[in-house]
Amino acid sequence: MKKEEIPQDDGALNKLTREVVYALDGNGKYVTELSTGWNVKATALDVAWKDIEERVAAARQKVINKEASPLLYFMELRLMDIAIVSAYTGFWKWTIKRHMKPAIFDKLSENKLQQYATAFNISIADLKTMTVYED
Amino acid sequence: MKIDFEHLQSAHCENGVTTNLLRSVGVNKITEPLSFGIGSGIFFVYIPFLKINKGPAIAFRTMPGLIFKRTCKSLGIPVVRKKFSSKEQAEKFLEECLEAGHAVGCQVGVYYLTYFPKEYRFHFNAHNIIVYGREDDQYMISDPVMENVTTLSRYELERVRFAKGALAPRGQLYYPKQNTMVTDEQMRAAIKHGIKKTVNDMLGIPFNIAGVKGIAGTGKKIKKWRDQLGQQKAGLYLAQLVRMQEEIGTGGGGFRYIYGAFLQEAHAYLPNDELLEISKIFTQSGDLWRNAAVQAAGIYKGRIGSQHDFDVMGDQLLEISEVEKKAFQALSRVKWPQ
Repeated sequence: MKKEEIPQDDGALNKLTREVVYALDGNGKYVTELSTGWNVKATALDVAWKDIEERVAAARQKVINKEASPLLYFMELRLMDIAIVSAYTGFWKWTIKRHMKPAIFDKLSENKLQQYATAFNISIADLKTMTVYED
Repeated sequence: MKIDFEHLQSAHCENGVTTNLLRSVGVNKITEPLSFGIGSGIFFVYIPFLKINKGPAIAFRTMPGLIFKRTCKSLGIPVVRKKFSSKEQAEKFLEECLEAGHAVGCQVGVYYLTYFPKEYRFHFNAHNIIVYGREDDQYMISDPVMENVTTLSRYELERVRFAKGALAPRGQLYYPKQNTMVTDEQMRAAIKHGIKKTVNDMLGIPFNIAGVKGIAGTGKKIKKWRDQLGQQKAGLYLAQLVRMQEEIGTGGGGFRYIYGAFLQEAHAYLPNDELLEISKIFTQSGDLWRNAAVQAAGIYKGRIGSQHDFDVMGDQLLEISEVEKKAFQALSRVKWPQ
């Protein structure tokens, strides 16, 4: 890639910084140049986020339909999987799967609920009601 | 408490931390491409059965941590590296390092990295930053992928140092132990050693998972994705491939351009013109990777998507595999000047 060919498109990272790209100058020597982004990868990131939004919406619907507990919703919302929830709460994976059943979730102690609330960075009340305050 | 420290922006975080930390102990010859090449950073691997964010686990670079480790080892620079089970111990040790005048590298998770844009905050735990001072509650942070330095509060730094999940940092920090003089002779030996290791990694690993064979294997898999996964999921997989290839840190073209730059810089130490010719092949490979990304984008944007379009992309990777095979074979045959 030649220096003049470095894309200067818009991208989410642009809010924070431009990034270093390596390309050739007129003499075929490698130099670094700053780039504001490339639409090819900006769209790749959009695709990933669209998928996340769909998963969060599907999880929310499952909780409303009483097919899952709010843990599923917050796990998806926080981009976690069961392994990450387990790492943050200290619960075994199979325990978390059990807690994802609404009937079992409803009987959880305050103590256990607090461990989940801490992991998801929310209050117990919001955990139970699937309430989110954010940007 | 502030250490005299120069922030140089780099493409990749670990290259940047390695380069900036080594420069902070007097190794002024080091640059990002040299760190990357000496540390044998370039790689390709598609790990089957493992999923990252529900997509394929593909990497264009070596395991996190290895670039710093290998570069320091090759240059004969002793390293201090510590992990912690207690957050208090981790902060205490960091304070002691700063008091003693060491800028230190920290492995952190990006999910709670407050200065990153939300779109980039996944549970990725192998980001690297340098802490070079503290003023009251604010640690001074040099994040090598950023144009400028920044700060994190005590709580914010603790939270990212103790992020959980795969590759959890466990407070890990590291720095070169003492000021060091590196001779040109040491640089030459380190460059040769790095190239040899890279050649072995890219050509020598059996099965269609890693190295140039891994690239061909991935090309063949892509041709099947449309039937196996369906249009939407195949698009997600391709988007993930492109992100691993082009996102911050790669310098463009899946690190292939940085490697081309490395070979040009290596030529200054080991003046064999073949290195310049092989550098051109890596430029070509980087360009081909970017063309493949454009093809992939056509598919995940939904502009194209027939089986033929997947075949074109698969064939592009097969071609890249051949081009890189040629490049690494040529590298393995280079006669070093005495």
